[in-house]
Amino acid sequence: MVQIEGMGKELAEHPFFDGMESKDRELLSGCAKNEVFDADEYVFREGEPADKFYLIRHGTVAVELHAPGHDPMVLETLRKGDIFGWSWMVQPYTWTFDVRAVELTRVISLDAKCLRGKLEKDHSLGYELFKRFIPVMAERVGAARLQLLDLYGQPAERRSRSKKK
Amino acid sequence: MVDPMIPTPFKVTRVRRELADTFTLDLVPAEGRRPFAFQPGQFNMLYQFGIGEVPISISGDAADGGVLVHTIRAVGGVSNALTGLAAGDMVGVRGPFGSAWPMKEAEGADVVIVTGGIGLAPLRPAIYHVLANRKKYGRFIILYGARTPADILFRKELEGWRSRIDTYVDVTVDAAGTEWQGNVGVVPKLIPRADFDPANATVLVCGPEVMMRFTIQALNQRGVGDDRIWVSMERNMKCAVGFCGHCQFGPKFVCKDGPVFRFDTIRDIFQVREI
Repeated sequence: MVQIEGMGKELAEHPFFDGMESKDRELLSGCAKNEVFDADEYVFREGEPADKFYLIRHGTVAVELHAPGHDPMVLETLRKGDIFGWSWMVQPYTWTFDVRAVELTRVISLDAKCLRGKLEKDHSLGYELFKRFIPVMAERVGAARLQLLDLYGQPAERRSRSKKK
Repeated sequence: MVDPMIPTPFKVTRVRRELADTFTLDLVPAEGRRPFAFQPGQFNMLYQFGIGEVPISISGDAADGGVLVHTIRAVGGVSNALTGLAAGDMVGVRGPFGSAWPMKEAEGADVVIVTGGIGLAPLRPAIYHVLANRKKYGRFIILYGARTPADILFRKELEGWRSRIDTYVDVTVDAAGTEWQGNVGVVPKLIPRADFDPANATVLVCGPEVMMRFTIQALNQRGVGDDRIWVSMERNMKCAVGFCGHCQFGPKFVCKDGPVFRFDTIRDIFQVREI
């Protein structure tokens, strides 16, 4: 159930919307609602429809990868002020990782279908939103590459691994 | 006058296993020798007799002249040989060498420490100094990154520092299982969240060079100027007094001009490849 009233203020308080004009925020707030997840509750799982994106108001979530035969791995943790979930922008609109609340976590979720409809009607709103998404995505890709480097591993291990490749 | 090329004998009083590949040696001067004085950030050449020398940062408290502490990661011939030392063994020490963290200049400012892996060891004396002189500094922030939860160095001390009301500690790891309740992600990600004044902060950075590059980018984005950032560089040091040239870093020698540099003084050569 999407809450129509009262979410503009919550959106304005989240750093993701810093600098956005209030009329644009108000438009987006029609797609927003508050949600709460208990510790260890999954917000979504890989393969499920990506029907929202999320802004963390309080708490921590873990982005996880589950692979058969392996223990689940936490790829990244995200905290208050962060956003997560951009599969709503990319067809076929399905989640590519699991996200689990590490502790009691309060989020604002924005309904994807509602959002996509508004952005199709108002491309400048879409531009405003994507100007905020792209730096986050770029930062996450950069951080993921740094993690892949295994900076703190033994130099000899890193050398032998790069030779194998 | 002491010849800087001649090692002084020190006795190992304690060996502590920190991590699978990392250990700490407590050393005391051999009988009749003077206590050892150093400044946070300086290093010694440790001589495993018959094997060779290796530069190791001092990881203990500069205010404690009685015991000289080094935390060592076994990565090469000499450092691997040092793992064989036990209490009562002797080791040669040359030093202290090099430049120090700017503890005096930082007085009155917020102090931010950003470090990763074994890079926490050379910063530990700076942490001890700030904590022992806490009123002289503003906000005190320690940001630390490790490979996995099992690779967190000085874990108990980090927990102790975190429990202090006057110190902010944030730790992250690059990889973890679901049992880890802390942060996962690279250490530069912790910088935007830390509460300090970019215009009045002294930032001390030590870790792998790539980590330092991205840390400096994040600090610059936060508004910290290069003249407020200090980095500890690592190069292949042999003589430690600027004679041999093994650690030449552009026009500088890491052993005597560094290892601690104010970043604006090396910015132009920091990203030069193969330097």
